[in-house]
Amino acid sequence: MNDERWAAGQAGALDARSAMLDVRRIRADFPILAQQVNGKRVVFLDSAASSQKPIQVLQAMDDVYHRAYANVHRGVYAFSEAATQRYDQAREKVARFIGAPSAEQIVFTRNATEALNLLAYSYGRHFLRPGDEILITELEHHANFVPWQVLAQEHGLVLKFIPITPDGRLDLDKLDELLTPRTKLVSFAHVSNVLGTITDPRPIVQRAHAAGAKVIVDGSQSVPHMPVNVGEMDCDFLVFSGHKMLGPTGIGVLYGKRELLEAMPPFLTGGDMISAVGFDGPRWNDVPLKFEAGTPAFVEAIGLGAAVDYLSALGMDAVRAHEREITAYALERMSEVPGAQIIGPNDPEIRGGVVTFTLDRVHPHDLASLLDREGVAIRAGHHCAQPLHIRLGLNATARASFYIYNERHEVDALIEAIYKAKAALKR
Amino acid sequence: MQDLYREHILDHYENPRHHGVIEHADISHEESNPLCGDRIRIDVKLDGEGNRYRIADAAFTGDGCIISQAAASMLLEDVVGKSVDEVEQIEPQHMLDLVGIPLTAARVKCALLGLKVLKTGIKLWKLQQT
Ligand SMILES: Cc1ncc(COP(=O)(O)O)c(C=O)c1O
Repeated sequence: MNDERWAAGQAGALDARSAMLDVRRIRADFPILAQQVNGKRVVFLDSAASSQKPIQVLQAMDDVYHRAYANVHRGVYAFSEAATQRYDQAREKVARFIGAPSAEQIVFTRNATEALNLLAYSYGRHFLRPGDEILITELEHHANFVPWQVLAQEHGLVLKFIPITPDGRLDLDKLDELLTPRTKLVSFAHVSNVLGTITDPRPIVQRAHAAGAKVIVDGSQSVPHMPVNVGEMDCDFLVFSGHKMLGPTGIGVLYGKRELLEAMPPFLTGGDMISAVGFDGPRWNDVPLKFEAGTPAFVEAIGLGAAVDYLSALGMDAVRAHEREITAYALERMSEVPGAQIIGPNDPEIRGGVVTFTLDRVHPHDLASLLDREGVAIRAGHHCAQPLHIRLGLNATARASFYIYNERHEVDALIEAIYKAKAALKR
Repeated sequence: MQDLYREHILDHYENPRHHGVIEHADISHEESNPLCGDRIRIDVKLDGEGNRYRIADAAFTGDGCIISQAAASMLLEDVVGKSVDEVEQIEPQHMLDLVGIPLTAARVKCALLGLKVLKTGIKLWKLQQT
């Protein structure tokens, strides 16, 4: 073979590889996945609820505790400065990861739920007036549902819903009707945690902005799984949780446009969020610290920084390509199972790595228990989206979800376990 | 896999005992398990007087997983004929013994839903009597 052809072949091979993930290598970073459950190697298909963590993330956190632990911000000695520096770096990494113009626009919260509550309390209470309207969708997680319901009840606001189509997409034909001059906030999931539906935020953001509304994107199921860029989306706020994207629990993110974050009053008050306190009252600190009262979960933030490094090294395009492929395979295999009904879009192009289904005459909880016997971990219930289940006319569904460490043969294991469960229940 | 849903569980699920509704029941109570959406309603007909009431008949309806529905069927089979006071004293472990299969913590809630409905129904009925 001549050199040129060899080089071209290499480049092709590299392309193919860089488009996909080297799952075998990835799995070596997740020792937990080598464990056995009920005598079988665990098949973990519940990453949409929370992902596993690679050793790199665990080590980054361990390292802080072992070598440079001290409270951030206030100390002038070496440990505190080292911790503060790593904490600040984590904020910068997160900012770069989502294309935020500056690290000051990254507010650390406990999780996506707290970020949404922060918005409801701070933005909602301060800027919304009785009669104003908030537009969400029928497919929202309770985290993006209940805070608005409560706010609406307490402040005389009107909560409206973008409906879903029979195949589980947002019905944007209704959007112009639903957006009125009184609509002040629009909030929706970029990717549904039940239907898997990927919604292109841009047309919604454009039309909402044209109507004078601000837009919140719930990126809990998108930021971990695909490239997300706040500049391109032009959303006003983005929220997500660290624990669904290889990071630890207890750390989440609120991104906001600078002028909005600056105009908003604080959420919680206390230490760190003020610049000065006198007997006549406090002066608020600058963003983001204004929203981070008390000692923050800085070790967890540093862990999230390591998670972002891990994902960036893989490349979010490759992460998405891998999940699209495994989801397409799962949809195909699932459609062969007699009595299985897939909930949500069948097109893997507009579906995140979530395959939700029902099985004729088998309750999802019974199925999940039986699958557990085979080492297969799936979730059953309403997945914190009860209004959506009411709309679908279902009490509960079963959900398998995928991430960077899942392999095709795990889909096979899922399907095989479903057949076994059907046999055990004589279905 | 089979050990989880032994024959007797499936049998109670497929052929529930005491399934249905009792007209003019003395006690009617319904609850659901918010986590999984399991729902059970139990009607009870009492006989007796003063503080010596007995469960003359009981019936349930509901929907949900096999464990919750089969457990309700087993429970009613067990309690019909017992005194109200006796039923109030039933420990959760007794219900789990009736079900007789190993359950994980999340599924224990399913198994105990019927007992919870029955006991709460009795408690509310007693409050009404006073
Ligand atoms: C779409 C969506 N939004 C919000 C949340 C809430 O995330 P957390 O519980 O981490 O706050 C979830 C988690 O399941 C989710 O899937």
